[in-house]
Amino acid sequence: MAAAAEVRVEIASDADVVAARQAGRRLAEALGLGTTDLTLVATAISEIARNITAYAGSGEIVVRPVELNGAHGLEVVARDAGPGIADVERALQDGYTTGGGLGLGLPGARRLMDEFEIVSQPGVGTTVTMTKWVST
Amino acid sequence: MSVPILKQGKVLIASIQTALTDTDMLRLQDELMAQIGRSRSRGVVVDVTALDVMDSFVSRSLRGIAHMTRLRGAETVIVGIQPEVAFAMVQLGISMEDVHTALDLEEGLALLESLGGEAERGGGGG
Amino acid sequence: MAERRRATRRRARPVVVPSEGPTGESNASLLRELVAHLRRNRTQLRETWARRITDAQLLTAMTAEEIFAEATSVYDNYIEVLETGSVEALQDYARNLSERIIPRGVETDEVLGIVLLLRDVLARSLFEKYQSDFDLLNRVLDAYEPAANRIANTVGVSFVQERERIIRQQQEAIRDLSTPVLQVRERLLILPIIGAIDSQRARQLTEQLLRGIRTNRAKVVVIDITGVPTIDQTVANHIVQTVEASRLMGASVIITGLSAEIAQTLVTIGVDLSKVNAVGDLQGGIEEAERLLGYEVTVRSEDAARHT
Repeated sequence: MAAAAEVRVEIASDADVVAARQAGRRLAEALGLGTTDLTLVATAISEIARNITAYAGSGEIVVRPVELNGAHGLEVVARDAGPGIADVERALQDGYTTGGGLGLGLPGARRLMDEFEIVSQPGVGTTVTMTKWVST
Repeated sequence: MSVPILKQGKVLIASIQTALTDTDMLRLQDELMAQIGRSRSRGVVVDVTALDVMDSFVSRSLRGIAHMTRLRGAETVIVGIQPEVAFAMVQLGISMEDVHTALDLEEGLALLESLGGEAERGGGGG
Repeated sequence: MAERRRATRRRARPVVVPSEGPTGESNASLLRELVAHLRRNRTQLRETWARRITDAQLLTAMTAEEIFAEATSVYDNYIEVLETGSVEALQDYARNLSERIIPRGVETDEVLGIVLLLRDVLARSLFEKYQSDFDLLNRVLDAYEPAANRIANTVGVSFVQERERIIRQQQEAIRDLSTPVLQVRERLLILPIIGAIDSQRARQLTEQLLRGIRTNRAKVVVIDITGVPTIDQTVANHIVQTVEASRLMGASVIITGLSAEIAQTLVTIGVDLSKVNAVGDLQGGIEEAERLLGYEVTVRSEDAARHT
């Protein structure tokens, strides 16, 4: 499990979106997630990372192993110091977008992961924390 | 990273070799549109076998390619979506209902052939 | 196969039983006397035991004849352990017995109950025989009790191990059974789903099917849900997602065996079935599938013609 350490990826351009999801996939694999889960994690990271480039311009994504009550898994934390989201409830609804996309980013990522939490403050920034557990 | 586009008869084949950035994807869209205009192609196959992630941006771009080619009288088939990728796309909320899909290149070409035939029989092809 | 697995496991997890105390020669001679007594009174003691089993309402899943037959075997094995000090034969017998009675619903407490009853029946007969000589009775009991406890322990542990083995085996069988993706002809897969589906199993089925489409180059899939008792919204959504994901891979899905009641319920709770191609029964589904595959058959026969 030496390979299973925290990885931090700066997000500033669309190439970083690819780098972030590849880092997430590698760590998820090292942690023993199944093939389908690897793809779900990588796709969720891609969505969240793109939200950073689209709305905040830059930020970071951290992927790390997590353990809770005997369960272990992968945690993804996406942070930016962008404009923030005024109405988080609405942003979590399918099809709601202010960026011209499909509006699937946040609600889609939430469906792909086991746990999903978003904290956002207008003018301060947004932090998304999401987890995928290794199924036993 | 640009995507090679091959011309085979009346069909253009774009074979994505590696993970694409959004910029690469937009460039592929532009190049396909330009080539359809030049070559008067009847069909487009986009092979995504090598993609291990198809997020909402990639899916939206592929749908865009399908819609735009249709406006120019050509059909698009997306081929090679991997089992895990298909599962993730559906979880994400993407179904690409209005886009043709096929298992692989061979199937995609066969599908284009049958679509062309139908269009001609129906008299509406052009 | 099952035999080999059992043998391996036996080596890996030996039955641990407390050994007899080193009381030496007198102990052995007492046990010999004890064994002779139990052999002499075999018929009567065995009957008493079988009657007490019935009175205590143990082994209710078995007939009186069966109880008597098993009681006889256990009794003889019991005496053999007292005589030889070796539990091997008893252990084998206990495993074999457990294998036969577990599927009939016999529980652990019943098995422990009957062995403890036998211990009591035999102890009472010893009290009766040696009641005039309290010292001798004590020494006989000293020899008897450790052996009797060892027997109870062996039977109990064997039963539980056998039960665990059967549960493991059943779990494996269920896992295999739950995802049978069958190729009935080229390009056509059938997924007959039997039994209740929860979210986890639904996902497993979807993954299995999608991989099956890839490996078998399937173009049409028939999912038969005749054997699924109920479908809730979560499972229905999984089915819809499976249809969509299969289509992304270029395969069409036909659902068969969707009862009118289930269909109505799903529509009522708001599941969108418009994308689902549903056909009444499996036979009809296969016919529809062959119709969908139709144009391919023509292509293949042309191919064949060209090659000859």
